[in-house]
Amino acid sequence: MLSLLIWLPIAGALAVAFLPRNLSKTVGLGVALATLVVGVVVAASYELDGGRQLTEEHEWIEAFGVHYALGVDGLGLLLVLLTVLLVPLVLGAEWFKADAPGSAGARAFVAWTLALEGLSLAVFCATDVFLFYVVFEATLIPAYFLVGGFGRDGRGAAALKFLMFQLAGGLVLLASVIGLYVVSAQQGEPSYLLSDLEKLDIGTEAGRWLFFGFFIAFAVKAPLFPLHTWLADTTEKATPGTGVLLVCILDKIGTFGMMRFCLGIFPEASQWATPLVITLALISVVYGALVAIGQDDIFRLIGLTSLSHFGLITLGVFTMSSQGGTGAILYMVNHGLGTAALFLVAGYLYDRSGTASIREMRGVEKVAPVLAGLLLVAGLATLGLPGLSPFISEFLVFVAAFDYGWWVGAIAVTAVVLSAIYVLWMYQRTMTGPTPPAIEGTRDLGVRELAAVAPLMVALVFFGFYPAPLLDVSNPMVGDLMQQMGIHDDEPTVVQTEEAH
Amino acid sequence: MEFVKPELEYAELLPLLIVFGGACLGVALEAILPRGTRRLPQVGLALVTVVAALVATVVVGVNLDEHAGAAGGEGRGLVGAMGSIVVDGPTVYLWGLLLVFALGGIALFGEQRLEGGVSAFTGQAAALPGTEGEREASTRGLEHTEVYPLLLFAVFGMLLFPASGDLLTMFVALEVLSLPLYLLCGLARRRRLLSQEAAMKYFLLGAFASGFFLYGAALVYGYAGSVSFAGINEAVRAGSANHGLLLAGIGLLAVGLLFKVGAAPFQAWTPDVYQGAPTAVTAFMAAGTKVAAFGALLRLLYVAFGGERWSWQPMLWVIAIASMLLGAILAIVQNDVKRMLAYSSVAHTGFILVGVLGVQSAGELADGQYTSLEGVLFYLTTYGFAMIGAFAIVTLVRDAGGEATAYDRWAGLGRTSPLVAGAFAFFLLSMAGIPLTAGFIGKWAVFTSALSAGAWPVVLVAIACSILAITFYVRHIRLMFFTEPSQDGAGVVTRSSLLTSGTIVVCLAATLVLGVVPGPVLDLVTGAGDFIR
Repeated sequence: MLSLLIWLPIAGALAVAFLPRNLSKTVGLGVALATLVVGVVVAASYELDGGRQLTEEHEWIEAFGVHYALGVDGLGLLLVLLTVLLVPLVLGAEWFKADAPGSAGARAFVAWTLALEGLSLAVFCATDVFLFYVVFEATLIPAYFLVGGFGRDGRGAAALKFLMFQLAGGLVLLASVIGLYVVSAQQGEPSYLLSDLEKLDIGTEAGRWLFFGFFIAFAVKAPLFPLHTWLADTTEKATPGTGVLLVCILDKIGTFGMMRFCLGIFPEASQWATPLVITLALISVVYGALVAIGQDDIFRLIGLTSLSHFGLITLGVFTMSSQGGTGAILYMVNHGLGTAALFLVAGYLYDRSGTASIREMRGVEKVAPVLAGLLLVAGLATLGLPGLSPFISEFLVFVAAFDYGWWVGAIAVTAVVLSAIYVLWMYQRTMTGPTPPAIEGTRDLGVRELAAVAPLMVALVFFGFYPAPLLDVSNPMVGDLMQQMGIHDDEPTVVQTEEAH
Repeated sequence: MEFVKPELEYAELLPLLIVFGGACLGVALEAILPRGTRRLPQVGLALVTVVAALVATVVVGVNLDEHAGAAGGEGRGLVGAMGSIVVDGPTVYLWGLLLVFALGGIALFGEQRLEGGVSAFTGQAAALPGTEGEREASTRGLEHTEVYPLLLFAVFGMLLFPASGDLLTMFVALEVLSLPLYLLCGLARRRRLLSQEAAMKYFLLGAFASGFFLYGAALVYGYAGSVSFAGINEAVRAGSANHGLLLAGIGLLAVGLLFKVGAAPFQAWTPDVYQGAPTAVTAFMAAGTKVAAFGALLRLLYVAFGGERWSWQPMLWVIAIASMLLGAILAIVQNDVKRMLAYSSVAHTGFILVGVLGVQSAGELADGQYTSLEGVLFYLTTYGFAMIGAFAIVTLVRDAGGEATAYDRWAGLGRTSPLVAGAFAFFLLSMAGIPLTAGFIGKWAVFTSALSAGAWPVVLVAIACSILAITFYVRHIRLMFFTEPSQDGAGVVTRSSLLTSGTIVVCLAATLVLGVVPGPVLDLVTGAGDFIR
């Protein structure tokens, strides 16, 4: 089942690459929707409380102890669902833009997008560290061509910067993956299966070194201060759709990896490194938000808000508590939904005004009220307004942060204020005020554009009022993880609190 | 003194004999056939020779089990030709590999469509560049068909090199493989002065390196009283007073071999020779010489000087680190594709040396872990295919002056010829070691075996150099796909005959398959077993 989920988009990408150009978009959207259906079926056959499920395991490279092994747990499942949901929406939103002159054409866009989807799904499903590493690195190739081939001028340089950062992080990870092999070979037969590695007795010092390799790679990916500098450049130059794929799906691999690999394989080292990681996370939270306030380019702004959000997710992961873990997982999903909406709506805005500069936009509200409304909702979701789903996850992370230490919580909470500033100020400057003659007569959103963001809005509101499904899926996974790490804390009463909400 | 008739194991040495015979026959053909009709018979002869040798190698490899344990120890094989040639698992694997690369070389040598009906080699090497004689040679459509016998002689030397069982055979093999290559490097049809300069440089430095090798052989003989690797090994393990003699000998021998593999600080010839030589020769040389020389280096270090491991290991640490750093850093500042590939090959030499440092004996490893020898052999396989493929593509990209190797001619190639640019990008990604390409598995293999041996500082440097190396590979991909073609004329992909395009496709397929399902080849490498003495 999981194999089908992964290979369907990859096969679709190949098909699109070889079919005639005029079929590209239709076939691509069809494949993306079919993958969505498979994803839903996977979710339907998933049992809560069942640990890792739908597993598949085949020998791949015997000499290295490498397996083609797949499986999903709560965390994996939610990210899989997020991915299969976002890709068709991105294709829908970018329907005409990929054909724009000067870019590499719709066929390439659709094919690379589908390839990226398949590889990302493989990342979330892989339960063999070597397989994970292979697909983790392989996602960069489609991402590179998406950033480099589509978007604004200067994207070539942005793509290069993106790739260099990611590959460098990947090679640091490689060192650790190799180290894992050596450690596992010393203790018997080398194996890369996650289930074998979790049982491994890694020495304290070796474990800390290996942990750092993993952590650095994921900190580049997520991104975390001070390895974040590629993020804003990339989101600025790429198309909004690519931005969604990068920030909402690909960057999740970073926080996903921290949870699954750093905490799962190196519990001791993770606890040892917590003070450092939390410091970095707090810096990211505050610094990302402050820099976002000062941005003029709307896409840079969205990119930097993500830096702040990823800081909060990392904070949740490394508080090592049930609240923090559950909050982080929820945050990953909600950030995906909210930021995707923000990116796509900002993309619509860019199509109409022809500029991404906040300073040059004014008074769009009056000519395109629907667009303005959607931007407001997406923005409010980003700042964590109660009633929209990001609020719940943010709340859980703050609870965990205060549990960890009052000063951590106190610094983290400033994110609420700062995010209110960057979102509302951005809205005020772009949407309100007198409408300049240049954009008079701009049409509001069309049906296709609405259809592409409507599911996101529905999800944001739905999970804002009824987060139980997300909690039910993520709680057992976090419980297992905490048990494995030997941490006992009170089973999250969070479920009740939130439902009473 | 009584002369004993040497006993030769003809069946096991057949691949060597076939190639040598084919080469001699090629020379005879040169004398017999009239000038205009030589090309087809020569190409045919070369192909038939190499294919026959390949078949013979496979047969030898299949029958190798008969000799299992014959020489004692874990390896299989036999010491033939009165102790001067060793046919064991690694030898047979390297033979197979070299012959496959030789096939690619012949195909690239035989390409005529790119130059409009003539080969990439000069019409008359004796005619001075820019003279009437040269013009006449080119109007009459002359060509040197001697390149095919020369190539076969070089292949013979390469086959003998890693198979040699004593220092003298190794030296002879070194010369047999080098001399034809010196010649071939100077035979380019275009940019002849550059080509001749390359040949001259290669020859002078190569002769110098051979001198070092010979001197080292003499010193080691003085220490061990034997030139055979088995004898040296015994002497080394027994130990004796003149340890200084041995260390100097190892050092000098290593200089000779490290020159051939192009490791820093003996890499100075690489960029000039790779650039000046006809690209077909570069492709063949880059893959073949490196494979053969690393085979020889491994045999020398593991078999003869295995007991002195702690003496030569620090030296290799330094050389590996220097090669990787120097290759990766200097490649960044190049603006010519061939020079960039040359420096990247220096960096690759460093990566392979990292593997040489690894754990060598199976006894020190866990079940199912592989030895450093196996890692290096696999890396050589992946490296050779990527190099031949990449250089083959370099021959395709042309402008009015022949091959367009300057970077600015490659700008925007991805728009005009996405397939060729995509293939080149794939080879570059493989060299950079991106997953799902062969290069990644190779890198992974050598790094793990070095780390298992505790050489973590070298592995860390290797990782850092990989990051540096990615810079110039990715920058070239960006140049091809995301940069506007330059105003003063961009390179165009010329249609080639099946010879070149077939080679590229085979290399591409090998690079992909070795990256996705490396299992079978890894099994083959593992099955090759250990060196025998």
